[in-house]
Amino acid sequence: MEMTGARILVEGLLREQVEQVFGYAGATICPLADVLRETPQLGYTLVRNEQNAGHMASGYARVTGKTGVCIVTSGPGATNLLTGIATAYMDSIPLVAVTGQVPSNLLGRDIFQEVDITGAATAFTKHSYLVKDAAELPRVVREAFHIASTGRPGPVLIDIPIDIQQQIVRDPVFPEEVRIRGYNPSVRGNDKQIDHVAEAIRKAERPVICAGGGVFLSRAMPDLETFAARTRIPVVTTMMGLSLLPTDHPLNMGMIGTHGNVCANKALAKSDLLIMIGTRAADRAIFSPEEIQRRMPSIHIDVDPAEIGKNIQTEIPLVGDVGTILRQILSRDLDTRCAPWLAALQERRRQELERNYPVRAGSVSPGRLMRLLGERLDPDAAICVDVGQNQIWACKHLWLQGGRFLTSGGLGTMGYALPAGVGVKVAQPRRQTLVICGDGSFQMSMNELAAVRAAGMDLKILVIQNGVLGLVHQIQETPPYHGPYGVDLAGSPDFEAIAAAYGIPSITVEEEDQVEPALSRFLSARGSCLLIARVDPAATTGD
Amino acid sequence: MKQTISVLVENRAGVLGRITSLFSRRAFNIDSLAVGVTDDPAISRITIIVDSGNSVVEQVEKQLNKLVEVIKVRTLEESSMIGRELMLIKVSANNRTREPIMTICQICGARVTDLSPTSMTMELTDTPDRVNAFEEMMRSFHILEVARTGMIALQKGGGKI
Repeated sequence: MEMTGARILVEGLLREQVEQVFGYAGATICPLADVLRETPQLGYTLVRNEQNAGHMASGYARVTGKTGVCIVTSGPGATNLLTGIATAYMDSIPLVAVTGQVPSNLLGRDIFQEVDITGAATAFTKHSYLVKDAAELPRVVREAFHIASTGRPGPVLIDIPIDIQQQIVRDPVFPEEVRIRGYNPSVRGNDKQIDHVAEAIRKAERPVICAGGGVFLSRAMPDLETFAARTRIPVVTTMMGLSLLPTDHPLNMGMIGTHGNVCANKALAKSDLLIMIGTRAADRAIFSPEEIQRRMPSIHIDVDPAEIGKNIQTEIPLVGDVGTILRQILSRDLDTRCAPWLAALQERRRQELERNYPVRAGSVSPGRLMRLLGERLDPDAAICVDVGQNQIWACKHLWLQGGRFLTSGGLGTMGYALPAGVGVKVAQPRRQTLVICGDGSFQMSMNELAAVRAAGMDLKILVIQNGVLGLVHQIQETPPYHGPYGVDLAGSPDFEAIAAAYGIPSITVEEEDQVEPALSRFLSARGSCLLIARVDPAATTGD
Repeated sequence: MKQTISVLVENRAGVLGRITSLFSRRAFNIDSLAVGVTDDPAISRITIIVDSGNSVVEQVEKQLNKLVEVIKVRTLEESSMIGRELMLIKVSANNRTREPIMTICQICGARVTDLSPTSMTMELTDTPDRVNAFEEMMRSFHILEVARTGMIALQKGGGKI
């Protein structure tokens, strides 16, 4: 049988169980589009900027556990996608990005819409392919999905010149197995090390588990909960680990870090054994790793050996899949003696959670808004949060009953939340999905309301409006800086009118005492709805 | 401290770029880098010399291991490896200086590979230290051009990486 390169690629996607792709059209990707139009079983979401194809695929991947797929054209299509790829790379999200490319015989001649995208993306792709022969495509697609989704997940780029998409291959062979001699990620943890871990856990009086995004990536959420419940070891999370446990779970002490909860940071600082699970202990989570490693021994469980000792030195490294390792540890004797420590922390945490959010006169208090909003969400709601003050307020105050908290934790990409929310909705149309943005980050991707409208989605979008790039404003107000510059969002549009232009109703809440009725109307609205909450520009993340 | 990293990689386009990018993103300079195919034409060996501390090299070694096309990585100990570098060096020469140059070549084990009325070109294969020493000796004769390959290395004994 004869197949074109484009058809081989689509056949490869179907063999990888791909159901949805996110993309943008362009000249060099037309052969592929021509096959996609005859493949109705593959859903297609058209973005309004290629960067958001990456974010949508990321949102899709994070809630399904599958690899997200985006398809864009060469040149500016590919460079626009770069931020989406880098965002996924920093958060270890499995993506396969397909880019069109100019004809292979013209590569390197700087012709129209040519860019060296595999070169440009080297530093933030897990791997990339520049395909020179369509006969290699069955293997390339199989490998790309394997690499993207195994070990430490990440984005893989396939760059395909237009002539390779058109090239005819006789009897292409689609491999079942992947064999790459330089790529064999560890799965099981070393049994001797597991013994050491169990022993350290039995001895510790004040152990604490620090769980990160790697637990989600390994789909080990139930294993983590079982491990914490069996050992009675309190859990703190990084930002990427938020929603691993409900906010009021008896073992959840909150989020650590510069913007974290007091109780969580105290637990970390006072512990005598730090058990890091699926986290790289980056600066926002552990500001001073030298201090931590001086004070207490640690166990570091991660699938990526390069994470061990990168940011923080560890006594007991354990390389492998987080879920597999947790199950291995659970098979050992785990009689712990940390009950008094847990009880003390729980008391502290209870006080923290009982915090009062008084109703003040004037504009909306972001903390109270988040608290009330979280309490009103479905237990399994997906919450996509942008970057800036809105992210910090959501991390600190949003009450999570479970569900899934998604944000760009690593790269901190403004404009992530709305397209990620679209990706979630494409994957799970019935799941309640909330997008939280600031008025700065909303304006970075509000053009994607078109995708919301085109699919008739039910997406609830909260925009916290204070007319300023709040988090940078806060930094600029703090020494060594001398005051705000370039952070005033003058010229911003009327967001109600923007929403209306996309056929989306909106509600504006300006006063603190209107928040509860506004939330009820917002969440019970049929279909998508935009809630604009006016916040005092002087409000800080410390409030 | 100079460290020698030996890397076996798939012999494919783009691999070298991925490897050097791991160094450049950390703003590390590579002292030398030599690439050549091995007995298996599908595999190349890259020998990288960097001047960095142990923890830096350990992290780079781990990052190298993460690259899909990297098959094996090993940092070679100074005492347990054979390292050689090839230098081609062209110096000014006339009837008066040709003989003293020849004497130094004999002492250092360099071979004359090209000769003209006004110049001499030598080749020397040796450890980087000795290649340096030879180059230093040639300085007084006015060096016209130098080309060095960067060191290639294998570990001593019957073992292989």
